[in-house]
Amino acid sequence: MLDLSIVMSMAFLVEKSIVTVFIFIVVLAVVAYATLGERKIAGYLQDRHGPNRAGIGKHKLWGILQPIADGTKFFMKEDIIPDKANKILFVLAPTFTFCAAGFIMAAIPFGDRITIFGREVLLQIADINLGILYILAIGSLGVYGIAMGGWASNNKYSLMGGLRTVSQMISYEIVMGLALVALMIDHGTPALRQIVIQQSGPIWHWSVFSHPLGFLLFYISVFAECSRMPFDLPEAENELVAGYHTEYSSMKFGLFQFGEYTHMTLASCFIATLYFGGWTIPWVAVPENPGLIWGIISFGVLWIKALFFLFVFMWVRWTLPRFRYDQLLYLGWKKLIPLAIFNIFLTAGLILLFQKFGIAG
Amino acid sequence: MQGVMFIVLALVTLFSALMVITRKDPVSSILYLVLTFFCFAGFYVLLGAQFLAAVQIIVYAGAIAVLFLFVVMMLNLREPEAEEGKELIPIWKPLGYAVGIGVGIVFLSYLASSPGPAIPPLNGGDEIYAMGRADFLGKALFTDFILPFEIAGVLLLAAVLGAVALAKKKRV
Amino acid sequence: MELTLNHYLILSAIIFAIGVTGVLTRRNVLIILMSVELMLNSANMTLIAFSHYLQNIDGMVFVFFTMTVAAAEVGIGLAIVVTMFRNKGTIDVGNFNLLKG
Repeated sequence: MLDLSIVMSMAFLVEKSIVTVFIFIVVLAVVAYATLGERKIAGYLQDRHGPNRAGIGKHKLWGILQPIADGTKFFMKEDIIPDKANKILFVLAPTFTFCAAGFIMAAIPFGDRITIFGREVLLQIADINLGILYILAIGSLGVYGIAMGGWASNNKYSLMGGLRTVSQMISYEIVMGLALVALMIDHGTPALRQIVIQQSGPIWHWSVFSHPLGFLLFYISVFAECSRMPFDLPEAENELVAGYHTEYSSMKFGLFQFGEYTHMTLASCFIATLYFGGWTIPWVAVPENPGLIWGIISFGVLWIKALFFLFVFMWVRWTLPRFRYDQLLYLGWKKLIPLAIFNIFLTAGLILLFQKFGIAG
Repeated sequence: MQGVMFIVLALVTLFSALMVITRKDPVSSILYLVLTFFCFAGFYVLLGAQFLAAVQIIVYAGAIAVLFLFVVMMLNLREPEAEEGKELIPIWKPLGYAVGIGVGIVFLSYLASSPGPAIPPLNGGDEIYAMGRADFLGKALFTDFILPFEIAGVLLLAAVLGAVALAKKKRV
Repeated sequence: MELTLNHYLILSAIIFAIGVTGVLTRRNVLIILMSVELMLNSANMTLIAFSHYLQNIDGMVFVFFTMTVAAAEVGIGLAIVVTMFRNKGTIDVGNFNLLKG
């Protein structure tokens, strides 16, 4: 996937390391503040303030240091490994969840090229020509962390949570894949950078306008993949105590939470990239020789779009009630998958029709 | 560079494949199987089949191994299998190992007799690299191989129906 | 080090032999199925290695069909395992001897 001959060149390595570290730090910062944002938004939706105490001394600063306080708290708590647990898997599970979520960021185009010191630098860790497939492949691994955690805890509630995760993720991955097939038919490539560039221009070039049904299916399945609220059955606290992370404490629990937020954040970036023009601005043409300013603007534009979807994740969580387990699978297999298949045929049919009558699709 | 990658991947693959068949606990076996699938995807990338590498991970690691894990969890198979006793034939296991090693020796004795032809190296952007791309494979699949492709679809449909019919609880 | 076709073929032969050993020595149906997957994978690697060596796409297309068959096989195989477990309460192949004369 990577161009092996270029990897050898030293400058390329340095450049890629800097971009990787930079993107990693930005994503982690957003994730850390997403945890605060979630509680703030929950507060405002329920007509209260949310956390607003963690500040420097007398200055409360609207609780802006809350993530640091949370992190410190996680590290200070006692780390318990149950006696009958499978120790290795128990420790491995949260790490795996976090890594599987974090690897998604490698393929997401966070911005256009920028030119620094005469070198063109892509604001993307790896411009993989199979970007969508890579993200689908990595995204399908998130299930292992949760299933491992549920299994290794040696606890009935954890096991049920793990089982639910596996069946839910397998079912909704199919919906996700099928929704993306329609998108790939339209764009003719699985490379994310190409898809973004094809969406530049007027706002109706955004794929969400040409694939409304596909977008809806994809968005629903992303909720299920991140096990967010209407579909958070793996950890349904009033049925399963806390599902797969019942036995987890301290930073291991923190890592599970962090993994979930990372998954959500990167999924928001992915949605913005696929359906909402990524880093392009409507009606603004992509410049031929982008400078540093354009790079920063494009980076910011993607994050504005992504933060909106992150907000919707939280909004939905504090608005909708949870599905029942059988309803979830019923919805997935009997409603969404047939709809997704219909969407593929619809897209293919429309493209054929447009080609026949010579209308640019 | 590619040689080093091959060696590292090969060692990990051999180790994890051995672990798959020797672990007592089925969950460890499954996780080592996933590692093996990953290494195979790595080899596919080395061989210029990037699309198949992605499909390998989506299908094998993302679906097949997850199904194994699901069954182990659903049946809650915590006790390691009882390997001792009630063997039909007492020498069954040594015989199995002998046959397995024999198969390996037969293959290897044939292959190791000559150094073998060098494979074309992989450089980005050239024709060899492009062969593993999705569009090339798609064209081949929908033109020359359209009949096998449709039969594969029918096979999957039959598998879906068969799996549902088998695993469905009988209504009393 | 220069990679030759035989590197890939030897590796896939070893993996295949490991798969054969697993099928013959283990008594857990799930692990037997996993060993079958190992064997299918090693065959896939051979096909891709030849496809790459001969610069012919047919081998890669064939891998698709192998993957389809593998997916169908696992689906059906695991359904059978679940049914067996419901009937016998175990997945040890030694206990499935209904056809014994």
